Amino acid sequence: MSDAVTLSGLTAWIRGFAALIDAHKEELTQLDSAIGDADHGTNMDRGMTAVLAALDGDEYPSSAALFKKIGMTLVSSIGGASGPLYGTFFLRFGSAAGDNDAIDAEALAAALRAGLDGVVARGKAEAGDKTMYDALAPAADALDKELAAGAGLGHALQAAADAAEKGRDATTPMLARKGRASYLGERSVGHQDPGATSAALMMRAAASALG
Amino acid sequence: MKKLINQPADVVSEALLGIEAAHPELRVDHPNKVIYRADAPVSGKVALISGGGSGHEPLHGGFVGPGMLDAACAGEMFTSPVPEQMLTATKAVDGGAGVLHIVKNYTGDVMNFEMAAELAAAETGVQVTSVVVDDDVAVQDSLYTAGRRGVGGTVLLEKIAGAAADQGRSLTEVADVAKTVNAQSRSMGMALTSCTVPAAGQPTFEIGDGEMEIGVGIHGEPGRKRVPLAPAKEVAEMLVEPILTDLPFSSGDGVIAFVNGMGGTPLIELYLMYNEVARILDRHGVRIARSLVGPYITSLEMAGCSVTLMKVTDDLLELWDAPVNTPALRWGV
Repeated sequence: MSDAVTLSGLTAWIRGFAALIDAHKEELTQLDSAIGDADHGTNMDRGMTAVLAALDGDEYPSSAALFKKIGMTLVSSIGGASGPLYGTFFLRFGSAAGDNDAIDAEALAAALRAGLDGVVARGKAEAGDKTMYDALAPAADALDKELAAGAGLGHALQAAADAAEKGRDATTPMLARKGRASYLGERSVGHQDPGATSAALMMRAAASALG
Repeated sequence: MKKLINQPADVVSEALLGIEAAHPELRVDHPNKVIYRADAPVSGKVALISGGGSGHEPLHGGFVGPGMLDAACAGEMFTSPVPEQMLTATKAVDGGAGVLHIVKNYTGDVMNFEMAAELAAAETGVQVTSVVVDDDVAVQDSLYTAGRRGVGGTVLLEKIAGAAADQGRSLTEVADVAKTVNAQSRSMGMALTSCTVPAAGQPTFEIGDGEMEIGVGIHGEPGRKRVPLAPAKEVAEMLVEPILTDLPFSSGDGVIAFVNGMGGTPLIELYLMYNEVARILDRHGVRIARSLVGPYITSLEMAGCSVTLMKVTDDLLELWDAPVNTPALRWGV
């Protein structure tokens, strides 16, 4: 149980994610203007602001309870595709993390994988579809690989955040096949995906808060 | 950005206050942002609910009333409503005969309505059936895309399915009528200008003075191609031809012809476009059985229009002609 992550660490991750969304909301909306409907930054900021209010208002006894609240808050405040996708990610993350007040590195990686599987189930996205999956999947792979190789959680999360950013950058030349960007066909090529961008911010926040 | 607003974040909730004040025949649940017909639930009648991002007015709130929708869920600007809104609306409008969810084919709308239907099944005994509208021929449908968008056909579907529900048809029958309308409807849109989402503060896309976008949806998202601005008769060809070849419509078929304004185009231009559309249909031997011209499914102040054609049958035409009494569509009452 070295590298155990406590509830306050997990809360710091979410607060850090909210701060990064706030700092990048205009950039996210700008990216969404190019291939979507110009609301990703606004929507994520509305959701994370609601999450901060929920964190300030209550104490949560376990990771499961904490992430259930976060997931439900996102589903009920974001709307669009991002609400169900991020909401499902955190709901599944919480179920996998379980009824504990601290989780070790392997459990954290398993929870991230469960969250990713939730995104796949809800959005039916695959690698290369130009979605948040293209940032999250390489992050989960990197986390598993580093931990299996015996790396500490801090190092492994840095590698995961780096992999998410690399995955985010790789969405630029892709042809969108899911979501509103898919309606543009060839014209979606050449634009970085806003969902992959916010997902990379989530992994960067994890590396900063939990590493 | 020049708009008649207070704060960008308050646009939807303040507009709902105005809708409630202007229409005593409607009732608004402000915390949940749901617009109801004031007498909902109607006992024994299949209830229809729809919803989507705001910014498309009168869709959907303007179509709440006898003969059409029982409730409309208003999402944030261009953002689908959340499952809680739809679940609340579903419980409130059920008159014992079940509820039809009318969903436009956008990823967010589909996912949120799916979650709402799952919750309704888990938490209530209300019978829910969903129909997804996907009438936009601008999108090349394939296994590898999210499918075609739901656009102008949504208006025709809400009217016709609403009439079927008013006649006392069962949930299965109303859903079948809705699916038939969707299968028989095709749309194509174009834009002369972008809209500006209040929270974004600047136009969603840049477009030159001499350019237009062909194949746009209803969210200011760019279309499939950008071409030089052309006279209305050529624009009409660009919109109608892909529709006619898609279904396909045959010589002698009757249609409802719907020329829709995107929000920033005046009626004089829409009527001029209707004339061009009618001439093309006449040339192809397609008979216009009924028509609808005006801004009914809009994209804020975007200039442009869309054309929707729906192949009619006697049953569908009778349902179209049935009385409707809503803020935006009213006849026969």
